Amino acid sequence: MPITDADIAKVAQLAQLELAAEELKTFGAQIAEIVAYVEQLNELDTTNVEPALGGLTPEGEKTDSSRADEIAGSLGQKTALAEAPDPASGHFRVPKVL
Amino acid sequence: MLRETVEVAVRAAEQLNETLNAFLEIDREGAVRRAAEIEKSSGAHKGSGAGVGGGAGLEGGAHEAVMAGVPVAVKDNICVRGMQASCGSRILGDYHPPYNATVIERLINAGAVVIGKTNCDEFAMGSSNENSAFGPVKNPWDTTRVPGGSSGGSAAAVAAGIVPVALGSDTGGSVRQPASLVGVLGLKPTYGRNSRYGLVAFASSLDQVGIFARNVADVARTLGVIAGRDAHDSTTADVPVPDYGKTLEGNLKGARLGFPTALFGKGLDDEVAGAVKNVVDVYRELGAEIVEVELPHAGYAIAVYYVIATAEASSNLARFDGVRYGFRAEDAPELRQMYRKTREEGFGAEVKRRIMLGTYVLSAGYYDAYYRKAQQVRTLIKNDFLTAFKKCDAIITPTAPTPAFAIGEKVDDPLAMYLNDIYTVTANLAGIPGLSVPCGLSSQRLPIGFQLLGPYWSEATLLKLAHAYQQMRPFTERPPVFA
Repeated sequence: MPITDADIAKVAQLAQLELAAEELKTFGAQIAEIVAYVEQLNELDTTNVEPALGGLTPEGEKTDSSRADEIAGSLGQKTALAEAPDPASGHFRVPKVL
Repeated sequence: MLRETVEVAVRAAEQLNETLNAFLEIDREGAVRRAAEIEKSSGAHKGSGAGVGGGAGLEGGAHEAVMAGVPVAVKDNICVRGMQASCGSRILGDYHPPYNATVIERLINAGAVVIGKTNCDEFAMGSSNENSAFGPVKNPWDTTRVPGGSSGGSAAAVAAGIVPVALGSDTGGSVRQPASLVGVLGLKPTYGRNSRYGLVAFASSLDQVGIFARNVADVARTLGVIAGRDAHDSTTADVPVPDYGKTLEGNLKGARLGFPTALFGKGLDDEVAGAVKNVVDVYRELGAEIVEVELPHAGYAIAVYYVIATAEASSNLARFDGVRYGFRAEDAPELRQMYRKTREEGFGAEVKRRIMLGTYVLSAGYYDAYYRKAQQVRTLIKNDFLTAFKKCDAIITPTAPTPAFAIGEKVDDPLAMYLNDIYTVTANLAGIPGLSVPCGLSSQRLPIGFQLLGPYWSEATLLKLAHAYQQMRPFTERPPVFA
């Protein structure tokens, strides 16, 4: 299926990327080429094949990851905000939403 | 003595960085202070013997501090408290994480000293290190060539003798391929062997922290320190961690090694093919039986990988939005605009390309055609290995199809760059361990590596096989740029 300019613009929007016209064009062509390469997978009949979701080994799947619901330490407000580009009064400040 | 070892490593890192660009941060003060502390607390230890220069091992130190005073370099996508974690990206810049990754916590508890954070392809996406926002790392064997990627800085730091051990991350070959291109060992453990807590996520079902070193004993010891179940990472498995160093010796009588003839065809450099075939002869001499194996779906691995890895990346990298940490674009008075501008200015081209591709394959109407299909073929690739390992204990392949290529050679052709990972991505897709071992130099004096792939949790077997090879064919060549 050919990938149109509109498809690429839509994808950029979904990915929250404000791409320049030039970038949209380059990526469009490159993504079309990669997708064409990926389509070789259609040579394979996978009718009754289960998809391999996740990467766990059988031992990993058997590992019980549950833990007791206990109060533990946390970073704390000061540390959590220390790397924020625009912290304000103990919060992450963002530009206006509406 | 410990302090001196660490100081020597720091000085080497500083001096060689102008040539190699391997480090993004060198923590002279912290490293020397830490070494002095360890020296004081373990005053009885007689020298670490940490192999800065000459490739010596990590000998010495009490059992509770098996890596006392060993200088270690860490890829800049693994969190070390007090140091930066840029992931080679402008969007994180000088982000300083407030916590240690579990693997770092364990290294520190074992006495290791992190001397610096190493350069890498942005968010570990690349095979040449040219995708770093902070310039490419240079290959110590030829500084006009790439060191491989994405963990190129860690690879170069070990190859150049700055540190005996470095950590990287391997999502599709990002430890093994650079190890091969710079002539050191590079291990990607079984999925779930090492904790990913504190490793900045690229593709969570494929990522594993890996180890670079110049000799097998150092890989074994480091793996023993960092491996094992971690409550902070639910994908770590409850599988005992053996003493990997104890099982390195012994003969290979009865060992069965799989040779996938079909993988030695198109696209493989003749010199690499020849070198790896010589390795097979060495193993035969060592008493191993060589058996023919087939991996019928290996040829589809790159296609599967670039669907799954980009899909997971598009989701994982959604968190970089200029709100909680890192870079935020200026002049964006509205929230959505701020997200988009931050991501546009903060991410480099390859990261954007992969986020776009991942978003595309997951988008409505394409999910089944691409993502589900790729996950089904991933099952077939896994099953190929399960079948092959009924006939053999490990499989031998090349690690990379060619020796190191020139900086700039493949930057304009993403697909050609992706094909570099053809021998390594299968291990990530199947979750099995892989180890790259140096096996000689090309006619242009560039390192060549071979790869050993084994069943789940077979790290001890791979290390034993590599050790036996290195006893027979030690790789003693040193690059022109060496500490």
